[in-house]
Amino acid sequence: MFKGMYNWIDERLDVTPMWRDIADHEVPEHVNPAHHFSAFVYCFGGLTFFITVIQILSGMFLTMYYVPDIINAYYSVDYLQHQVAFGVIVRGMHHWGASLVIVMMFLHTLRVFFTGSYKAPREMNWVVGMLIFFVMLGLGFTGYLLPWDNKAYFATKVGLEIAGSVPWIGGYIKELLNGGSIVGAQTLTRFFAIHVFFLPGVLLTLLAAHFFMIRKQGISGPL
Amino acid sequence: MAHGHGHNPNEKVVYVGDSRIRKPSSVKPAPPDYTSFPGKSEAFIPNFLLKEWMAGVVMLVGFLVLTIAEPAPLGYPADPLNSSFIPMPDWYFLFIYQLLKYPYTSDQYIVLGTVLIPGIAFGALLLAPFLDTGKERRFYRRPIASSLMFLSLIAACYLTWVSWNTYQGELEKNGVVPEQIERAEKSKESIEQGKGRYIYGREKEVALVKADDPAFSIMQKAQCIACHGTELEGGAGPSLRGIGDTLQKDQIVDTITNGRNNGAMPSFKDKLTSAEIDQVATWLSEQKADAAGSSE
Repeated sequence: MFKGMYNWIDERLDVTPMWRDIADHEVPEHVNPAHHFSAFVYCFGGLTFFITVIQILSGMFLTMYYVPDIINAYYSVDYLQHQVAFGVIVRGMHHWGASLVIVMMFLHTLRVFFTGSYKAPREMNWVVGMLIFFVMLGLGFTGYLLPWDNKAYFATKVGLEIAGSVPWIGGYIKELLNGGSIVGAQTLTRFFAIHVFFLPGVLLTLLAAHFFMIRKQGISGPL
Repeated sequence: MAHGHGHNPNEKVVYVGDSRIRKPSSVKPAPPDYTSFPGKSEAFIPNFLLKEWMAGVVMLVGFLVLTIAEPAPLGYPADPLNSSFIPMPDWYFLFIYQLLKYPYTSDQYIVLGTVLIPGIAFGALLLAPFLDTGKERRFYRRPIASSLMFLSLIAACYLTWVSWNTYQGELEKNGVVPEQIERAEKSKESIEQGKGRYIYGREKEVALVKADDPAFSIMQKAQCIACHGTELEGGAGPSLRGIGDTLQKDQIVDTITNGRNNGAMPSFKDKLTSAEIDQVATWLSEQKADAAGSSE
């Protein structure tokens, strides 16, 4: 029955070549941890993506309870953490996943750097990867404010003061992120929007470009 | 494009007349030839992905153990007027936070710390493929790129460590317990006392039961209120509102008679008669949250 359904779709959309392209490309031996244990260093990119998927899923569940306003944000997180079934696990995964994704991405970056995999013709993919790195740091910074506890508030205040010290444009950046002259209600809703809509949108676009280029250029050869 | 006039047999998609309708092709795309790569290559899905999943499982187990063992921290609600709070960014920003504390990267040189140094470091990282253009890939054959990377790594680790160390030192010096830890402990304590979970700013003030009882005036005369508050709401000593939920009458008698915590709560056996102590303890043991709720 599934074969019949597949054929019916395939006749109309010709998906087989696409599926073949995603699934059937060969992966060389030197990156396969089943053949060389040390090849686990080649898994960090995949692990980064895996945690990113976990972050997106856990984040989607968090928004079911989280309320982005300065009165209720803290209490919604408190409620989520203590009253909601498995809330402590979902928030825990999002919290620790945020650190872990940085760790994995860092290790992936080091692997690519020290194996010289960013060299021609893969320069563009390295640049896109670095942009993903910056977006991830941005996600970490904006997400830190959302629980609206003292730690969140004062870290954001310091962060925005640092942004404000950039010559000429610093004041504008600070005001744009603040949504005014102080860290307050506007800042929280802005950070929420940036954390949940703007940066994930940019991230997914960059990831698509990253994977497209890997697929086109293949993985770099053995050293 | 002359799709209608006989077609190139190599072209997979063949259009007939209306460009949206394809003539079904009998040629199925063949799986790729694996002989072009030396060694034991294999298909990405499912063969390789299942092996990568093994690495994923190792990481996932560690991740879940961490999640279960250590709940995500939550402090107290943001209070902009709190001047004693020591701000601390997430750990992966500590290196840059620490960098801005040195004399030549702060105050009038702040631009050096916020723009120049991070700009050069991250700019070089972003443009690494265009700076390190040699054909050599092995890191030990690229001494400049590799040593710069090692140096930056050591510097970032050092700055992170110094920042964390300074923070711990400040906590110790000021006798501060980080809010998320204090909150978790208070919450646990509160649950153990049967008062339910502690939520900052949402504490329930338990009303006094039978506030006109003569026992209360005995307590006022005995200066209990100096520590426990004029309305027994707590001060230097703990609140006695709802004390009946946690202590039995005989425990209260014992506390008043003999004191507690090495004299932090002094003994009252010389100041009050045992009848008075009994009267006070009886009244205090009636101080229960349920009774307070119903009497209002």
